Parts: sequence; C-alpha cells; structure tokens
Amino acid sequence: MTAQQVALSVAYIATAVLFILGLKFLSSPRSARMGNILAMIGMTIAVVATCFDSSILSWTDIIIGAVIGVPIGFVSARLVKMTAMPQMVAIFNGAGGGAAALVSSGEFLRITNQGGTATWDQLLPIVLSSIIGSVSFSGSIIAFAKLQELMTGRPVTYAGQQIVNAIVLLTILALSAYMLLGHAPAPVFAGLAAAAVLLGVFGVLPIGGADMPVVISLLNSFTGVAVAVTGFALNSTVLIISGTLVGASGTLLTMLMATAMNRSLGNVLFGAFGAAPKAGAASAATSTSGGTVRSASTEDVATLLAYSRSVIIAPGYGMAVAQAQHAVRELTQALEKRGVDVEFAIHPVAGRMPGHMNVLLAEANVPYEQLHEMDEINPQFEAADVALVIGANDVTNPAARNVPNSPIYGMPILDVDKAKNIVVLKRSMNPGFAGIENPLYENPKTMMLFGDAKDSVQKLVAGVAAA
Amino acid sequence: MEHLLVQLTVFILSVFVGFEVISKVPSMLHTPLMSATNAIHGIVVVGAMLIAGAAIGGPIGHAIGLAAMILGAINVVGGFTVTERMLEMFRGRTEKPR
Repeated sequence: MTAQQVALSVAYIATAVLFILGLKFLSSPRSARMGNILAMIGMTIAVVATCFDSSILSWTDIIIGAVIGVPIGFVSARLVKMTAMPQMVAIFNGAGGGAAALVSSGEFLRITNQGGTATWDQLLPIVLSSIIGSVSFSGSIIAFAKLQELMTGRPVTYAGQQIVNAIVLLTILALSAYMLLGHAPAPVFAGLAAAAVLLGVFGVLPIGGADMPVVISLLNSFTGVAVAVTGFALNSTVLIISGTLVGASGTLLTMLMATAMNRSLGNVLFGAFGAAPKAGAASAATSTSGGTVRSASTEDVATLLAYSRSVIIAPGYGMAVAQAQHAVRELTQALEKRGVDVEFAIHPVAGRMPGHMNVLLAEANVPYEQLHEMDEINPQFEAADVALVIGANDVTNPAARNVPNSPIYGMPILDVDKAKNIVVLKRSMNPGFAGIENPLYENPKTMMLFGDAKDSVQKLVAGVAAA
Repeated sequence: MEHLLVQLTVFILSVFVGFEVISKVPSMLHTPLMSATNAIHGIVVVGAMLIAGAAIGGPIGHAIGLAAMILGAINVVGGFTVTERMLEMFRGRTEKPR
C-alpha cells in the first residue's frame, strides 16, 4: 500500500464516521441541522480525496459532468416549493439510482475493454447494482410523474398486468443467470439493464398516489442498496458503508409506514389500492347509506372555534394541495390570541411522504412542540371542544375501526370522532384517494365546510377575528 | 474471494449501525431523514468520478462516465440543499423565526 492509498483510506473512514454521526444528530430537531452539515463535510472530504486517486487518468468527463450536474441539483433544490418536496426527493433518488447503475456499467465496460473476461465475483455485484439501480431510476421517475400530476395518481391497471410483470422479472433473472455463468457479452448486459428499467416503470404504475410515501421510501432504500453493491464492484468501503446505511434507513421507514397503515408491503406494492371503483362499487359509494351530511357556513364554524377552549387540528394531503399551511398558522395565532389552546394531530401517513405534514407546518413557522404524533394525541380528543380536519380523509375514517370489510379496516386512525364537535374542511363530497366512503361525515357531531382548504381557512381567520 | 469476505463484514456491520441509528429518529423528522439519506447515497458520485476518470474510451465509455457524473452530482448537491431547506424551518416555541 502506498502512502497515497493509506491517506485515501483514512479520508474515506472519516467520511463514513461523519455520515453516521450526521444521522445520529438527526434524532432531535435541535441538532438536526448540525447533522446535515456533518454529512456535507463528510461528502466534501470524500470528493476531494477522490481527486487524488491515481486511477483517475482523464478529467474531461468529470469536470463537464460536474459543471452540468451541480447547478441543476442546486437550482432545482432551491426553487422547489415545499409542497412539491416529495417529488423532488423522488427525482434526486432516481438520479442516485441511475448513477449507481451507470457506474457499474462503466466498470463492466472497463473490464471487458481491457480484453479480460470478468469473473463471477466481479460480475455478481455489477449485475445486481445495475438491476437495482435501474429499477430505482425508472421507478422514481414514475413516482415523480404521479406526484407532479404529469400522469394520473390513480393506480394504472390492465388485464394481464401481472403476467407482463412476471415475464419482465423472469427475463431479468434469465439474463442475470446467463451472465453469471460466464457469458458476458455487452448486448446481454444492455438488455438486462433495459429490462430492469421496464420493471421499475411497471412496478410503480399500479401503485396509487396515497401509497407514494411507502414507495418513495422503498425506492430510497433500493438506491442505497444499489450504491452499496456498486461499492462491492469497485471495492470501495465508503460506498458499501454509506449505501448500506441508506438501505437500512429506507427499509426501516418503509416497514414503519406499512405498519402505520396496517397493510403488508406486498399489499402496498401489488394491491392496486385506490383503483377507480368498479361500476357496482361506485353506485354503492354514492348511495350514502341514508345518512345526512350537515353543511355549515364559515360564520358558524368561526364562532364555534372562537368560543372553544381547546381545538385539535388534523391536517392531511388536502392542506398540502391547497398550500393552506400559512393560513392554518394564522388561524392558530388568531385562536391563541383569544386564549384557545390549539394542538396538531399528525398521522404517520398523512401526506405523500413520511413526516410530510411536519415539514409543511414547520415552513409556516408552527413550533414543533405543537405537533403531536398519533399515539400521543389520541387520548386528548375526548377532552377537545373541536377537532378540525383539514384535507385529511382516510386517516380519520372510523370505518377503519368498526367496518371489517372496509379496505382500511385495522389501520390506526386519529380519533377525531371522539371530540365534542367535528369540523371537516373538504373540497367536495368525493371520497378520498383510496375511494372509501367516510362515515365521519354523517356523524351528527360533524359540520362540513366545503371549499378550497386555503380559502376556507382564510375566511375562518377573518371570522374568528370578528367573533 | 478474500476481498468479498472483508466487504461482507463491512456490509453486515453497517446494516446493524444503520438500523440502530435510524430507529432513534422521531417520525417528526422522517422527511428530513429521508432527504438526508437520499443525499448520503449521493456518495455514488465518488464511483462516478472513478469511472468517468478511468478513460474507458469510445463514445459509449464517455457517455456512461459523463451521465454517471451528471446524475451523481445532481443527487449530492440537490439532496443536501433540499435537506438544509427543510431543516432550517424546524424551530421550537422559543426560537425566533429566521
């Protein structure tokens, strides 16, 4: 080992340590920023150290690539609206997956170009990382398109879909086996990567928008694993450690969210949850089981809120879509000025990303002490005068508790129906993303305030001030 | 083969460290966590530098190196910038809005 190689290894160890410390610091909102800064320092050390790697023979592609990539990443990350954060994370994740697949393709090309044939222990990580990285790349792009509403957010299903997916999967397995048995011509490798790209597309298409938090988290762990496996191919310890950390994190988050919805990961991925209801089911959904829905005026709701002692707000994706978080903060302040106690109830899968609501409310300067997790806030609903549901639907649906044949039966929900009064801000009576009827709306304690969430909340702010 | 065993050791230990560290993160910070880990897997840019700098040659070699470099750079820079934007918004009751 030359002195240069030793120095490089030491630098990479420092990077790995800084990444682990950075993630550790993310466990408290007070130290979280420091954590991100530590990770950035770690990354900088790794990149600078790599510049001194003697195996770099040509700088042209590195410099051109950086000159193109750095501004794209920086500008898009600066300009993106907070409400569009889930799709931004998805697209950066896809970039990482694509990079991992390309790096292992490059390694494959490097070995074969030198006239050598790759051995199985060289090929295995190359094949794995190009498959996983490609799936993550194309899957993330579809997730992005769904969240950005470039295509329908509903599950895309068609007859024979499972068969098509099975064929793609079998093709990938067959081509991988063929390569690992010692036949490794470039066209086969290219075909393998192409099939993996298709698998990513076909895999995410049948998954509904409401399940995107789970998908993004899963794809994040895929990219992590792809990077770790790339590390095996390049014999780079820092890639193995960092990629594995991300893989573990993504896996853990994915499992947490699936548990929070009381669904298996298999059901999320293959259940086509929230597909447009079939004809029969649709007519059943419109006949609202005879219950009546009470529609209220802004004045009624504003008066109710202004003369309450405690209000618990349950926000959902509707708040994000309407970008109502700042108006919600104003309403909170107006109520607090009158001595009303306001707290927020955050369901683990509210929104389109784990912790999505926390980020939006943080953007609107709501202190994080005011945001409560489901288990912590649920016992408090009984004592609350008003539960104010803003654009949340399925996570407040009592059917999850007592209708065994409901698709969301068994999912833990926010107990908003236990509050003395319930106010639901909703665009229309359309069922939520999952297409499930919500008996909460027919509860005699419930008042519905129809309209755009931001608009409604702004009117409520004025109403509370006037009350 | 010896390489592979050392690599596997590192891999398995990292799995445990990963689960250990991540399980301490409260759900409030799950979005920044996801975004930060997203930036961390941008470490693949190091691999991209090695491949783009390996002078594989030929149009395909250049295309692969260049594309890997662009995607890796987008991942790293975009990932950290977005995380920083999210985290600077988190503040407690006592802290003044910045």
